[in-house]
Amino acid sequence: MSDQTAMAQRGLMPITVQNITLTLNERILIDDLSCNIESDGMSVIMGPNGAGKSLFMRCLHGLAKPDMGQILYAGTPLDPLIRQQQSLVFQTPTILRRTVLANLLFVAHQRGIDDPKISMDYLAQLQLDHLAQHPARLLSGGEKQRLALARALIINPAILFLDEATSNLDPASIETIETNLQSVSKQGMKIILVTHDIGQAKRLADDVLFLHHGKLAEHSPAKSFFQKPKSAAAKAYLAGKLVL
Amino acid sequence: MPIYSESFAAAFGLLASSDRDLMEILALSINVSLASLVLSCVIGLPIGAFLAMRHFPMRDFLVGVFNAMMGLPPVVVGLLVYLHLSRSGPFGWLGLLYTPQAMVIAQMILITPIIIALSCQVLEDLHEDYKDFFDSLVVPKRTALLAYIIDARYSLMTVILAGFGRAISEVGAVIIVGGNIDHLTRVMTTAIALETSKGELALALALGFILLAISLAVNFLVQWLKASARRRAYV
Repeated sequence: MSDQTAMAQRGLMPITVQNITLTLNERILIDDLSCNIESDGMSVIMGPNGAGKSLFMRCLHGLAKPDMGQILYAGTPLDPLIRQQQSLVFQTPTILRRTVLANLLFVAHQRGIDDPKISMDYLAQLQLDHLAQHPARLLSGGEKQRLALARALIINPAILFLDEATSNLDPASIETIETNLQSVSKQGMKIILVTHDIGQAKRLADDVLFLHHGKLAEHSPAKSFFQKPKSAAAKAYLAGKLVL
Repeated sequence: MPIYSESFAAAFGLLASSDRDLMEILALSINVSLASLVLSCVIGLPIGAFLAMRHFPMRDFLVGVFNAMMGLPPVVVGLLVYLHLSRSGPFGWLGLLYTPQAMVIAQMILITPIIIALSCQVLEDLHEDYKDFFDSLVVPKRTALLAYIIDARYSLMTVILAGFGRAISEVGAVIIVGGNIDHLTRVMTTAIALETSKGELALALALGFILLAISLAVNFLVQWLKASARRRAYV
């Protein structure tokens, strides 16, 4: 996985976001946001509720289309070919009405991976192999999220997006997911995740994008962000104060 | 009420003796209903899927029309089909009036809106659930449609059985376009209407019991499908 992923990632990085704006019902949700995501490893998007984090991620992945501005992957505007090299794990995963293995096989088949053994390997990696023939919709919340991560990883994406994928999970499930994220990140997969969990951000982030009112308030390396945030909003957020 | 016991006995007697006339009526009823059901599914399921997956200006209006058409009065449909198939009508040259084919056409018109409206609802719910995931995966529309059909198979079978239930119990349209001709277009429902008008209530009720049994069997099948889908977490 590592060589292919690293090569694919080199083909998609850096991500250049140029002045994107998104308005819905006359409300500006993303406001003239620009940034350049160049780093390897994990970029964490943080911010208070309603800051536009999930929407920004959807824009990056092409699920939402900005009214203005553009997003470039290695200088190329986002297109279906680029999107096929990405995976997104939603906060509430969509589970197909099939068995756990069939959920994985469906996704794998979309990218021409038809060997069930590979799917079983991914299930084993996420500690779900014993549930392979189980109806997926009967899994617990943590198991569903691990299945969603297995589905995201099996296509060996160059960029993996996670939208609050570990919220509401128990510590054991969070640890399993984080361990897998760290592992694939080390192998060269670019990871961009939205989280409210400051502890998780500290554990995983290489750089942090802090959003406030649809604007990028700050984009800093993780160490400096947590030690000395530049923006007043980020300072207040990290101090646990109400950010208005 | 001795009439009920007489009717039960008559119904069992007819079935036990494999009464030739009864079997002929039963076979024609099932054949006409199945043929109209197949045609309705061929027409209705793709339209239902299209309406579920696509959003276009007249879409909501069309869904509303098909929903309203689920309650089409059978006699009105029968009359319209009669007018079109009668000798002076635009399709009179086909010579279909008073044939099982005419009955299939009338039933098809009655149950196609049911198939469209209910399958649209089923597939729309699934589409709402899956669309972001499929969009994220860049799944082609055809693959997505196939996935919807596979994953909604239990619900779609329920829709199809609902269509069959409507077809097999329909009388108003088929009596107008079929004419209730013995050994040609006589089905269960039209035979019941005829026997009742002749005062042969026991026989009419006996036929009614058989029809009711078919209807109950279809409904039990629907319940069983729903329960097994729930058991396997497919709903």
